[in-house]
Amino acid sequence: MSRKADEIMAADTLKDAKKLQASFISTEPFQESSKEKEKEKDNNKLFHIHERNVSDEISERTFQDVSLCYQCGKCSAGCPVRYYMDIAPNKVVRFIQLGYYEEALKSETPWLCAGCLACSVRCPKEFDLAKFMDAVREIAIEKGVEIKQENILKFHKAFLDQIKNHGRSYEVGLVAEYKMKTLDLFQDVDSAPGMFLKGKLDLLPHNIKNRKEIKSIFKKTSGKK
Amino acid sequence: MKYGYFPGCSLTSSAKEYDISLRKVIDKLGISFDEINDWSCCGATSAHVTNHKLSTALAMRNIMLAEQQGLDNIIAPCAACYNRLIISQNEIGKHTGIRKETEDLLSVKFKKDVKVFNILELFLKSGLNKIIENRKRELSELKAACYYGCLLVRPAAITKFDDAEEPESMEKIVEATGADTVDWNYKTECCGAAHSIARRDIVVDLSKKIIDDAITHGANVMVVACPMCHTNLDMRQRAMKRKYPDHKEFPVLYLTELIGLSLGMDEKELGIDLHYTNFKYADTLLNNSAKG
Repeated sequence: MSRKADEIMAADTLKDAKKLQASFISTEPFQESSKEKEKEKDNNKLFHIHERNVSDEISERTFQDVSLCYQCGKCSAGCPVRYYMDIAPNKVVRFIQLGYYEEALKSETPWLCAGCLACSVRCPKEFDLAKFMDAVREIAIEKGVEIKQENILKFHKAFLDQIKNHGRSYEVGLVAEYKMKTLDLFQDVDSAPGMFLKGKLDLLPHNIKNRKEIKSIFKKTSGKK
Repeated sequence: MKYGYFPGCSLTSSAKEYDISLRKVIDKLGISFDEINDWSCCGATSAHVTNHKLSTALAMRNIMLAEQQGLDNIIAPCAACYNRLIISQNEIGKHTGIRKETEDLLSVKFKKDVKVFNILELFLKSGLNKIIENRKRELSELKAACYYGCLLVRPAAITKFDDAEEPESMEKIVEATGADTVDWNYKTECCGAAHSIARRDIVVDLSKKIIDDAITHGANVMVVACPMCHTNLDMRQRAMKRKYPDHKEFPVLYLTELIGLSLGMDEKELGIDLHYTNFKYADTLLNNSAKG
């Protein structure tokens, strides 16, 4: 995180933060590089209104206004995985509120969020942070942002591939595909054989009958929004 | 009342014993099930964290099948499936855009509200007295830490059946079996859930904290109602032992297994021998009387 971003994050009010942000001339909106856009950027230093902004996109997808969050930090205080994250969950919201989309979308935090919903039920503003994190991840994938927690994404892809092919999860296929993708060949070597011996893992997948329907759902939902 | 049954993927593989014990127990209690024909995965964590449309459509396909089969009430014993199903239903109920999008994807019009129940609701509604009446084994030596995890009770505005921070419904069921329960702190603290494979380190740390808190508060067994929680708390104890060498094996049972024990079934019949941690009620009796 840049020093400037830190200063902005520390501002007392949203108004102060936006003033500070405007004073930093080098403020760079996310994924803007062409000369034309540079010009436009000068006209809109305060808000990145030249493209459909990520903040509005998230508000729309989650049916809740991102500006609802007043940064009390209760979510981060009670988050069971905060310790493993690069930035606190409430800070991801702050970055989005202030237009620092790249900082938010590149953060590891949304990927480490376990979706336990503790934050969502505790929020004094009833802001559903877990749902917000879903939207951040979804947009990060759509924009092709580099995902630092790549193994987590590879796991989700491998899991969904099983559903796409069989209609149900297939743990042997999942683990095999995950290991191929990550080349992490030795983890779980102690538990997988045990699962076979106990008859818990089936060698063959449970294929549902109407796999055509599942394939069609995947196909129709795979495009960008 | 006849229930529709949505086992979910885990109950056909890594959580087979949950399915086995559930079927045995409800049969004994005289509750009947109709499995949803050709059900598919609810999308689980992986769909909703990467593609919202996909997650709603995958979950709602099963509600559609239940509706077509004439099932008004369905049981989803897996906490994650239960959560995905009710959240998706809630969203299509609240947002006409999502409803239309999902109906188009599935070429269907949702007509009625299929009610989805979790495992705790099932026993609270139609089993508590039956459990007490059919009790065959004395379980009072068991001091159970009831672990709800995240997805049974949250978000409370949608699950609408127990408190999100201090739930007590599982204790009522466990006490109906004759086992004792303990007061403890981590009833609803997350075990790390779907990070079990990609970030096992996190799961090991979180699950270790949960088990330690249960032990500190005098529990000699943990009772769960979620296959993902069970995997993390039971199977991951080997990895736990490697990271924390002083870790002592702690038994983790599915709620249905505990009920089965109280109804007089044995460990093997209920699939308890499929766990990674050892649990034999006879051993617990011996240990407790040795201590006492």
